[in-house]
Amino acid sequence: MTSITMSGAPTAAVTARSLVNRPLVHAHLLAGIGWFLVAILAGLLFSTQFVRHYLFPDQELLSPGRVRMVHTHLVAFGFIFNCLLGGMIWAVPRLCGQRILSDKLGWLIFGVWQAIMLSAMAGILAGHGQGVEWGENPTWIDPFVVVGWVLVVTNLIVPILRSREKNLYVSIWYFLAAFIWTALTYVMGNFFVQYWVPGVSGAAVTGLYIHDLVGLFVTPIGWGLMYYFVPVILKRPVWSHAMSLIGFWGLAFFYPLNGVHHYLYSPIPMYVQYGAVVSTIAVELVVTTVVINFFMTIRFDFDTLRTSLPMRWFYTGMVLYFITCLQCAFQTTLTFQKIIHFTDWVVAHAHLVMFGVFSFWIFGIIVHLWPKLTGRQWASRRLNEWHYWLSMIGLVIMFFDLTIAGLVQGFSWKALSPWEESIVASIPFWWVRAFSGVMISAGALCLVSNIALTARRPVTEMAPELQPATT
Amino acid sequence: MERLQTILLVAGLGFFLFSALIMGVWPYTLLKDVPVASLEELAKDIHPSFNDLSQRYPEVFSEYYGQPNEAAYAKALERGRDIYIAEACWHCHSQQIRPVSNESLRFGPVSRAGEYQNVLQLPQLLGTRRVGPDLSRESGKRSNDWHAAHLYEPTWVVPVSVMPSYKWFFETRVNDEGDARIVPNEDGLAVIAYLQWLGSWSEIPPATFYNAGQVIGEGGK
Repeated sequence: MTSITMSGAPTAAVTARSLVNRPLVHAHLLAGIGWFLVAILAGLLFSTQFVRHYLFPDQELLSPGRVRMVHTHLVAFGFIFNCLLGGMIWAVPRLCGQRILSDKLGWLIFGVWQAIMLSAMAGILAGHGQGVEWGENPTWIDPFVVVGWVLVVTNLIVPILRSREKNLYVSIWYFLAAFIWTALTYVMGNFFVQYWVPGVSGAAVTGLYIHDLVGLFVTPIGWGLMYYFVPVILKRPVWSHAMSLIGFWGLAFFYPLNGVHHYLYSPIPMYVQYGAVVSTIAVELVVTTVVINFFMTIRFDFDTLRTSLPMRWFYTGMVLYFITCLQCAFQTTLTFQKIIHFTDWVVAHAHLVMFGVFSFWIFGIIVHLWPKLTGRQWASRRLNEWHYWLSMIGLVIMFFDLTIAGLVQGFSWKALSPWEESIVASIPFWWVRAFSGVMISAGALCLVSNIALTARRPVTEMAPELQPATT
Repeated sequence: MERLQTILLVAGLGFFLFSALIMGVWPYTLLKDVPVASLEELAKDIHPSFNDLSQRYPEVFSEYYGQPNEAAYAKALERGRDIYIAEACWHCHSQQIRPVSNESLRFGPVSRAGEYQNVLQLPQLLGTRRVGPDLSRESGKRSNDWHAAHLYEPTWVVPVSVMPSYKWFFETRVNDEGDARIVPNEDGLAVIAYLQWLGSWSEIPPATFYNAGQVIGEGGK
């Protein structure tokens, strides 16, 4: 079966140069990094409120609550969206042997998307945020996002339809499903909850939206890109085709059923809550097969983790993904929810998933693709190493810090201590969180400065895909 | 299972719609017979704190809201809810009391589904994080003055608070004697009215709930 799965790649590589619109991929990745920088600075700024040293007190347009919405929104739709799209514009034509439908449409999407992000940020800061978690952009932007996504799908699905492969490669399964899921998820979460479904039923739908955005947009595209880049870099097929089938169909069936676990012990009917708990545990078990598949693909090639930075990012993300799954299977139970719901434990989990897993994979892709996109070798290996270590250690500190803070808060509330005690007890943890944010920001600055330095180097690679992929 | 149509129709469309059906539509149909209260219906029951606002800040109140009648109350509640969303209050305060972790002792009666069947819960504001306490039984727990001071500078009334201050909810008024006074503006009045409305439908008086380190009564059982 692996012969089928890999047959796309070698044939595609021969004509790869004419297949991929490199400037477009480059532009999306650059824009993504730009939004990432804004997003983490917003997060860092927000964290200073918790230690009572907010840098811009009493400024309405930089009110901490608004800045917090900018942080999460730009992470999801500015950084991750742009980078995953860039990754797909790179991978889809190579897997299908077909160009994207239209370069002009690609550039139009690029421009429109950055305009959407700018207006979303401006709208939120001006006080027009929407009351939907992970969908805080002003309501009037929502239709543009849907149209934008339909255009993205149009541009990327045509090469898949034109491809003559009858059995599609696993990456394409994930992309195809995500095309539909993302559209439905966005409409469900931003329109139904806003205009038609109030109260508790609205909360059930919002739960689905919060979780589907991660599970049906970021996760499938992220996994699809891993299924593409890991075998390409290792020059070795994915270990087990059967396991990738189990992983995909398990995710497709169980993941959409999870969302209500964000509102356990709420007035949502209990059978819905029990269903969400059971399917959450199920999805974590099923997704473990995907993780095993990748560990077996890497097998004992640990030297790659030393020599290849992209593989190190990917591997770290996989390990953290496994930890995320394991944690999720426990924290979704009602027993855990009694204590950890509403606390910083959940914030820690969110950072582990969105930063520790998907952002790390995106960084791996960026490090891998940059020389191929620009024709310039990285200016400094050392800066890339610093980016990795600062991000990784910063994240691990943040994760443990907020997880413990969550337990402290949860037990303090349960013990009926005065509310203020939970605040006082949390402040040391919030200091550490702000510090870990500084580390992560410093890591991002390493990446940005390396990109700037690299741009000044002469173009050395005329045929980048012929070079060994050990950046 | 690796074919385009299977993936698009079964995984993409089928499984998603299945989940939306049993996780979204089904809970919705269980509540569909509970009428969703309109803003006008909610505003019929004017909370005493709204009258108090009109007497405490007569000048600004009459300027922005006129008389403390139903129309004014509806306007204030909706505006207050909009600000609650725009300022992301809902990211640090929940409106949902769970039957666990002693929450009914601390905050009041456990939340029921019917309480949320109104347009001010569109979009719903149950919340997923508490930095500050739950607000769904806030009505009458504290005075309008307390809320005004707290929104202007939280640490004046809760010294350890990490809540941001909202000075743009206030304006300076000079009275006939030339004394300057900081009073809530249109937004400030709306937010206070909204906070005092949350849980105003509760049958158990807020004074019986847990407060500042001691349980006063048998609230919320």
